[in-house]
This record gives sequence, structure tokens and C-alpha cells, in this order.
Amino acid sequence: MNRIQQKLQEDKKLLSLYFTAGYPAINDTLSILTQLQDNGVDMVEIGLPFSDPLADGPTIQASSTAALNNGMTTTLLFEQLKDVRKTIHIPLILMGYFNPMLQYGVEQFCAKCQEIGIDGIIMPDLPLAEYETDYKAIFEKYGLINVFLITPQTSDDRIRQIDAASDGFIYMVSSASTTGNISGFGNTQSDYFKRIARMNLKNPQVVGFGIKDAQTFAAATEYQKGAIIGSAFIKHITENGAESVAEFIKKIR
Amino acid sequence: MTYQADDRGYYGDFGGAFIPEMLYPNVEELRSQYVQIMQEPSFQEEFKQLLKDYVGRPTPLYYAERFSKKYGTKIYLKREDLCHTGAHKVNNTIGQILMAKRLGKNRIIAETGAGQHGVATATVCALMGLECIVYMGAIDIERQAPNVARMKMLGATVRPAMSGSRTLKDATNEAIRDWINNPVDTHYIIGSVVGPHPYPDMVARFQSVISEETKKQLLEKEGRENPDYVVACVGGGSNAAGLYYHYLDEPEVGIIAVEAAGKGIDSGESAATSALGREGIIHGSKTLLMQTDDGQITEPYSISAGLDYPGVGPMHAHLFRSGRGEFISVTDQDAMTAGLELSKLEGIIPAIETSHALAIFETRKFKEDDVVVINLSGRGDKDLNTFIEYFDL
Ligand SMILES: Cc1ncc(COP(=O)(O)O)c(C=O)c1O
Repeated sequence: MNRIQQKLQEDKKLLSLYFTAGYPAINDTLSILTQLQDNGVDMVEIGLPFSDPLADGPTIQASSTAALNNGMTTTLLFEQLKDVRKTIHIPLILMGYFNPMLQYGVEQFCAKCQEIGIDGIIMPDLPLAEYETDYKAIFEKYGLINVFLITPQTSDDRIRQIDAASDGFIYMVSSASTTGNISGFGNTQSDYFKRIARMNLKNPQVVGFGIKDAQTFAAATEYQKGAIIGSAFIKHITENGAESVAEFIKKIR
Repeated sequence: MTYQADDRGYYGDFGGAFIPEMLYPNVEELRSQYVQIMQEPSFQEEFKQLLKDYVGRPTPLYYAERFSKKYGTKIYLKREDLCHTGAHKVNNTIGQILMAKRLGKNRIIAETGAGQHGVATATVCALMGLECIVYMGAIDIERQAPNVARMKMLGATVRPAMSGSRTLKDATNEAIRDWINNPVDTHYIIGSVVGPHPYPDMVARFQSVISEETKKQLLEKEGRENPDYVVACVGGGSNAAGLYYHYLDEPEVGIIAVEAAGKGIDSGESAATSALGREGIIHGSKTLLMQTDDGQITEPYSISAGLDYPGVGPMHAHLFRSGRGEFISVTDQDAMTAGLELSKLEGIIPAIETSHALAIFETRKFKEDDVVVINLSGRGDKDLNTFIEYFDL
């Protein structure tokens, strides 16, 4: 069983963190991962920076631009992660945009992920239909879990399709927005969280976008299995430095 | 064998819809309805009426006698520069605003490079009384000031794109982000045959009026519908798609696409995507684009803001790869010279984008009795400052 699937079976709400590889400094990747693990984070999304991140708001855009300016590339990230499984045991997911993966070669990329010990992939701009016809077999060959997104606008039919195609968890985008663009959760979100919970999907759901503190984490995990924090964490390390991870996690739980 | 899009929006290997799930409902709503809406008699009637009475169509097909003489072949100019707002862009915005209304949308967003598409969008929004927000790269806002003023006069809000290179590619990113954040009431009017399916096909269909008219006009003038060549500049490729459309599957018509070489293909400052690009994903479409080995999209360069885009529409990527199209690239300098030359020989000041297409005759030779139709995609008013500085006028 994949580390993600194992983690999802634990009887607890999961806290997952996103950060952009190569930011703030090019060599912060391992140190940030270690701190996240040491502070009880359950799962990590490592962001592979892209020049044109169209689902992201200003915070993650800026971290991606900075990471690229620092010299981050797919090859370098794989290099930095080559011994990661000697020390890091929590599930690791690579998150990015499809073009860099396509240029690296989808099969080579997946093979490298398996070699390193990456457990899953989130590529927001690789849609369900394209994935199923062209890439699913490759992801599966290398034991990678592909994570799909849903939003409050996603129809029930499509959610069922995505649930059927998923084998880990479903990434629930909390509201129709780019990352880092929501100020808090209201009734719309809690109705949405409840509606999805009532669908009895086979895959657990993890909520992302707009989670920034203990309160939003609690709201997001009332009906769902876990929550992902991205922009708020990037903001925190921008302001407090890459060594200040513990301080941030303590404010969440 | 056809060079049109298939029902998944693919032209050969290129096209599709590589969009984040946040955009799926919007794009799917459009995809599932656009053909049907466009084919409704009431839609066709309204579209044609506006093209006639508001845009000023049909635009003339003009035999450029002195220009032809200079280059020893028969050159016709399809006068899209005479469209209301000064370029072909308005054919598409009229079509899309009618589409938006039928989909019940009341807020319109658009991206713009040169400002021509922004002006054409602001114009139709004024016409229909809809809110209009145009994203434009901060750098383009500086170099296309008259068009920024026009958009403002037309009641549009112009929002600067401050990310990345602050040009057309980034304005497009910002427009897509806006659409993600406003999924219900907003329609995104893309300005070229780029973006996720169904945009490339939908925009090509709206622009196809160009070749529909050309066929009739050429029959009157030459006794045949098909020229030997159709020539157009390619930024994203919408004026080219419009001129090629009804000729795509007519093998005797040669298709020539002209890209911006900037300061030269090998100068590092170029926008010649077919020569410099590789297959990848940009703005939701699988196509040819300029990128690093690592898959980061790179900055193109052209003196003309409208050709300053690192990709091309999937139709053109397919025309290139299949060999159906002949691709030529033209430098800033040759384009500027050709623009000045057409002004002197024919009394027509073309846009700098268009000037690229006019510049091919110095190197690409045609037979004396060849009939060559060039899309005169826009007029040069917006480029006067660039012409003034370049030639010290
Ligand atoms: C006059 C003119 N021609 C051509 C273009 C390039 O666009 P496309 O390749 O979509 O026709 C532009 C874009 O702004 C333009 O203004």
C-alpha cells in the first residue's frame, strides 16, 4: 500500500502543507521537509515551480518566480530529493503544472518519482479525460497516486467520475478561486463541505485553498479528512524565514 | 483528411483543453453549446446584421496594382483594416458577445497585447451595455497608450498585469485567474485562436467570414474562388485562421504563415514560434511554444505587440507540423520597411503586425500570374509612435 493510502487510514484529521521548492533559498527543500515532519505534519505537497501558474494567486506566483530565479528546475529538485527517504517518512506529493512534466518526459518523470519515493502527483492542469486516455497507465506503472481537484461548481456527476478515477484522496478546493484569495469560510463553504460529505464518496477528501489558522483548519476538517495549507505557510516563511516552520504549525494545531 | 478541429478540439496532435478543474464548468458550458448556439438562425441573423451595419462588412478585396507591379505577381489585400476599430479582431468580439448574452453572462473579461483586441472587446461591451475588464501587460500599457485611452473612453476598466514579463502572456494568465475567481457571471472573450477547446475553433469560425467573403470577391474579380496563396501574419493566429478557413481543405491553395523574427531567429529576441518552439502546454492548449528545456515558458520579443506571444494556436501548430502551411519569419526591420513601402505605394498605412506579412515578397518569389491574397489585418494608426521613432519621421 502506498504511503498516502496508509496515512488516510489513520484515525485522525490530516494536516498537509504545501511549499514551493527552491524558495526562499534554493537549498531549503530538505530543511523545510524535515521541520514539517518533526512538527507532526501528516503529508507534504512539494511545489515544482512554473513560469505561468494560472491557478495560483500572488503569493504562490511570487514564490514560484523567486524559486525559478534561484535556479530551481525539475532535474535539480529530483537531485535534492534523491536521499529524502533516508530521513523523511511521511507521504510526499509533487504538485505543479503539466508542461514541465511533459518536457521532462511523463514516463521518465514518473520513474524518477518512484525511485525517490514520491507517493503522488497533483497536476491541476492535467484534466481527467486526458489523464485517463494518455497517462493513467504510466502513473500506475510507477505506483503513483494522481490526485484530482473538485470545486463548489463541480457537478455531482463529475464528482462521481472523479471519485471513480481516484485511488487516494480528492482535493476539495474550498471556493471558486485561485490560491490565497479567500479571506475566510462562510455558509457557502460549510454547505459545500456538508454536501460532499453526504455523497459518501469512496475516496476521503482533503480541503485546500483558504486554510490559514486553527479556526479555518477546524472548519475544513469538520466533515472532511484533512486540510492543506499553502499560501498562508509561504507567507509565514517569507516573513519569518525558512527556519520558522514550528512556529507556524503550532498555530494550526 | 481535414485540417479543421475534431470534436475534442484537436488539430492533429495539437489542441485539447488542459485546464484546471476550477475552469471546467465554464469551459464545458461553452463547449457543449457553442456550435448549437452559433447555428441558430436568430444568432446568425444578429451576427450578420452587426457585421454589416456596425463593423462595415464585407470588407473590400483590393487589387494592389502598384505593390503587385513592384513584386511581379498579382497581390490582393483583404481590407480588414477597414473594419470598425481598425482590425479583424472585432469579427470575433461581435460573435463572442452574442455568445455571452445567450449564455446569460453579464461580465466580460479579455486580455490584450497591442490593445486591438481590448478595444474591440470594450467596443462590443459598450454596444451591449455589459461590464468590461481588460487585462493588459504593464509594459504594453506603456507602448500602446492610445489604445488604453480608447478602452477607457469606451467604459472598460484596464487592469495592468504585473506578473512575469508583463506582456500578452501574463495578461492572458491574469484573465484566466479572473475567470477562475468569477465562474458564474463572467464570459472570457479570448482574442485569438488560442486557449482551451472550444476557443480555437470558435474564434476561427467567427473569423472565417474573412475567407467566406474572399471566395465570393475573388470569383468576381478573377473568375475563380481559389487564389494560389493566402498569406497572413500569425501572433496567436486569428486573422490567419480567418483567411485560411475555407481554404484549409483545398490543396491547390498554398497557405503561408508569417511569424515575427524580432531581431532575428538566433538573436534570442524573437517570437518565431514555429522555428523556436517545441510541443507543450500554454494557456490550456497543447501546441508549439517557446520554452526552456525545463518547460518554463520563455519571453518572446517582437517590435509588434500583437505578435509578441510565445505560442501559436493549435491549428497553426498542425499546419506547420503536417507541412500544409509554409512558415516564414520576418524581422522587425524588414516588417517596418514593408509597412512604409505599402504606405507609399498604395496609400494604406498597415499595422506593424500586418507589415510582417507584406515583407515576404523580398525573399519569397511568386510567379507572374500567381494570385496571392494577403490579410491586411489592421491599420497602422495605433503604431504611429513606433513608426515615428523608427524612421525618425
Ligand atoms: C492588426 C493585427 N494583426 C494581427 C494581430 C495578431 O493576432 P492574430 O494572430 O490572432 O491575428 C493583431 C493582434 O493584436 C493585430 O492587432
